[in-house]
Amino acid sequence: MVTLGPFLKRELRLLARQKADWLNPVLFFLIVLSLFPLGVGPEPNLLRIIAPGVIWIAALLSVLLAAERLFKDDYRNGVVEQLVASRQPLLAFVLAKLLANWLSTGLPLVLLSPLVALLLNVDMASFIAMVLTLLLGTPLLSLLSVLGAALTVSADKGGILLALLILPLYIPLLIFASAAMEAASMALPYHGQLAVMLAMLLFALALVPLAVTSALKINVS
Amino acid sequence: MRAIFPIVDSQRPVIKHQPFSVPVGQLLLQAQSLSCIRQDRVLFEQLSLQVHAGELLQVAGKNGAGKSSLLRLLAGLATPDEGQLLYCRQPVADVATDYAANLCYIGHHSGIHEQLTALENLAFWRAAAELPQADDLALLATLGLAGLEDIPCRMLSAGQQRRVSLARLWFSRSQLWILDEPFTALDQSAIAMLQQFFLQHLTCGGAIILTTHQPLSMVYDGLNTLELAYRW
Repeated sequence: MVTLGPFLKRELRLLARQKADWLNPVLFFLIVLSLFPLGVGPEPNLLRIIAPGVIWIAALLSVLLAAERLFKDDYRNGVVEQLVASRQPLLAFVLAKLLANWLSTGLPLVLLSPLVALLLNVDMASFIAMVLTLLLGTPLLSLLSVLGAALTVSADKGGILLALLILPLYIPLLIFASAAMEAASMALPYHGQLAVMLAMLLFALALVPLAVTSALKINVS
Repeated sequence: MRAIFPIVDSQRPVIKHQPFSVPVGQLLLQAQSLSCIRQDRVLFEQLSLQVHAGELLQVAGKNGAGKSSLLRLLAGLATPDEGQLLYCRQPVADVATDYAANLCYIGHHSGIHEQLTALENLAFWRAAAELPQADDLALLATLGLAGLEDIPCRMLSAGQQRRVSLARLWFSRSQLWILDEPFTALDQSAIAMLQQFFLQHLTCGGAIILTTHQPLSMVYDGLNTLELAYRW
């Protein structure tokens, strides 16, 4: 069995060399969220009401922004093709990409959540719900965006195609995540929403890596 | 033939940890009446070939004759429109994992990431070949890349990048090598060295399928040529 370690090391090294690949989406997330109070006005109650939806839409779009270039370089320089030819290591390569993608785009969003809470006047209960939904939801966002990136890797200008393919798959997540935060702000239990998100995450975790390897195989042949 | 830098087999014997799975002279790969159609153009049809352990097959032909497409079919990257591929007399589809494990395919693209250094690229391919990590400095020096190990590959010339990508062959344990234009961008001495290394692989019982527009200067019994004609 191929070990994940060297593959993950390579991805992290690439992220360290190509900082724009992951810094841009994170900055985009922050910029969008800081523009909202300016755009809709600084009325604290209004911000609190729109916060769940706004945070999650910004998160979706920032992860989508990072997705497009995910496999591009390795597709163009033949790495994907030669990994497909040798079969075994392809799954480890995909898992390393997934993990590196979450570490570089999902995790920063979780880490930035206190700042976001301040910007949008989120109360404590909603803040906890926000951190929990981000922890459960961003891995799912990564999984889906990696899938989209693999499907569109051979398309020259795959950006908009990727968005069209993947955004509909994000919608259930968006609904449950913002519903959980809304419930939390009204002091209602939100275990149900979290459970559904966890179920979606586990389902995707089981199937997406296989789908990604198949998509890469199809794209090189 | 004289190479400017040390010839590999005298300086750095390659240790074959285990003998190849298919003994010398045995049928390794067999293609039966393959057809390949690209954009409504028949590149080749009814193409059959055999590669035994210890043989080199050079696929020749004009640009666009279908050499790379044939190699991709043989490497299992594409499925033929007709015909089938046998590995050790069994359909490749049935023994796909064994076949892939015994195959090293280096395509037209280099397979190296431009942002990574030569050493990092080789470490990646070692991991992909399920080999333990080892120090590749000596190997890169043999390939004339001493002093260039630690700079990103995008700073290297095309020939140097090609050397990095071919360095994989030095630690590969696969019996069958499928190489698409391995000599592209290489200088004369590197081509000579590579052919020396091919010879060594062949005498150990390996097999090579390659495309090249350069005539091979190596002297060996098991050299075969397949000429693909350009078809309209």
